[in-house]
Amino acid sequence: MFRKSFLPVSVIVSILIIWELSSRILAIPTWILPAPTVIMQEAINGWSNYQHHIFSTVFLTVSGFAIGVSVGLLIAVMLHLLPKIREALYPLLIMSQNIPIIVLAPLLVIWFGFGITPKLLIITLVCFFPVAVSTIDGLRHTNPELIHYMKMAGATKKQIFTKLELPHAVPQMFSGLKISATYSVMGAVISEWLGANKGIGVYMTLASSSFRTDRVFVAILFIMILCLIFFTIIIAMEKIILKWHPGKEEQ
Amino acid sequence: MSTLELENISKSFGEKNILDHLDLRVNDGEFVSLLGPSGSGKSTIFHMIGGLYQADHGTILLDNEAINGKKGSISYMPQTPSLFPWRTVLENVVLSVELHQKPDKQKALEMLERAGLKDYANAYPHELSGGMRQRVAFVRSLLSPQSFICLDEPFSALDEFTRLEMQKWLLTIWEQERPSVLFVTHHIEEAIFLSDRVLVLGSKPANVIKEFTIDFKRPRNEELTLTQEFLEKKKEIYQTLRGVLDD
Ligand SMILES: Nc1ncnc2c1ncn2[C@@H]1O[C@H](COP(=O)(O)OP(=O)(O)O)[C@@H](O)[C@H]1O
Ligand SMILES: [Mg+2]
Repeated sequence: MFRKSFLPVSVIVSILIIWELSSRILAIPTWILPAPTVIMQEAINGWSNYQHHIFSTVFLTVSGFAIGVSVGLLIAVMLHLLPKIREALYPLLIMSQNIPIIVLAPLLVIWFGFGITPKLLIITLVCFFPVAVSTIDGLRHTNPELIHYMKMAGATKKQIFTKLELPHAVPQMFSGLKISATYSVMGAVISEWLGANKGIGVYMTLASSSFRTDRVFVAILFIMILCLIFFTIIIAMEKIILKWHPGKEEQ
Repeated sequence: MSTLELENISKSFGEKNILDHLDLRVNDGEFVSLLGPSGSGKSTIFHMIGGLYQADHGTILLDNEAINGKKGSISYMPQTPSLFPWRTVLENVVLSVELHQKPDKQKALEMLERAGLKDYANAYPHELSGGMRQRVAFVRSLLSPQSFICLDEPFSALDEFTRLEMQKWLLTIWEQERPSVLFVTHHIEEAIFLSDRVLVLGSKPANVIKEFTIDFKRPRNEELTLTQEFLEKKKEIYQTLRGVLDD
């Protein structure tokens, strides 16, 4: 664990040192590129000013992620159990990801106003896809030998699905969840840009329009921290649930 | 009590005629081996008994009842162990029961103990050796609610040493329980060592061309395979099989 994190940590530290030194030596104005220490100062001193933004974003992210993942799983199961519908809808599913969220967002605001609905919709749109696609793949690539055994043993379609295909898809589902977790933070911030009175996205817009570049960086810092926390939670859950999974070296 | 009878079974896939008017019978408590070259249609016979395929012609009788096309009437052990990687050994061996009724964990544990797998009850399949996985798969088929057991080349993926160990192990377990078994193999010695009767399958299309009764007394042990009588049986069967291959 220590050895694994040593390399990336030392790279980050070196970048921060070079950044700090160059801002001081070249005397770069704070509104263009604040030094890391300046950003840290703002992060610490301004906490009481911006903390409500962070909690609002966390709430939005978690709710959006929960809805998005549920929708994704539901779609995956539905498309798996109804192959005809899968044929019809799969291309549509892929196409839905070709539309940039930034373009779709204003439309959602027109239709649903500035409340929480369009924001949740945006997060759902970015979250459901990785989960749905990876779960469908996991369900479809169930080991044929195991399916064959289940049929010979007299398992019903329902038993094959619940006892075999579903648990078989769990590792794949987790790779989708990890992607969705990081997307969900991004989705939340983007949705806040569209119009909200709270959230990291709002804090960021306010900071950049008043040239408080240090605060923009504080926002970026927190977006990164949130992504990392969500990612870590998913990995921890994966470790617990997939304790049966053979290590990478055996795969 | 459990008997199996195939009467006049024919099966073709498209133009390929695989089985042609095949007859065979396994009596109660009997261990019968089907010996035939690869691709002769041995697995296909099992798939029909298991109800996965319909025979084009003929009847399959289990305890004198037709089971054509009926799934799950027999207990089955495939060529690969086919264990579920997310289930522990104990959870794996009760799977076949679980599909039909509430599993009896206590009975499963006793069976695992007899199979020498007690310490591994809570291990996952990837933690076991190839031979142990096959043993787990065999315990799973013994625990199945169906009493007739079909084994499809269960040891063919094992190395020679493990294979011999597994044969001896299988015999000890079988001699205690005495279930009716139909055992598929392409290994002559294995067939003689384990069985009461060996049926040699001719190929393209397959049919039972000769039947050998193996009346070495039980319990059998390894030394049997070195006796003159054993080698003579082996030679006899080998020649029959050669005839099949030369055709
Ligand atoms: N589902 C199927 N469709 C078409 N051909 C098949 C099918 N299953 C088996 N066969 C053919 O039947 C023949 C016998 O196969 P199999 O029963 O697996 O042989 P064995 O188990 O004796 O090695 C092979 O030539 C194989 O290609
Ligand atoms: Mg076969």
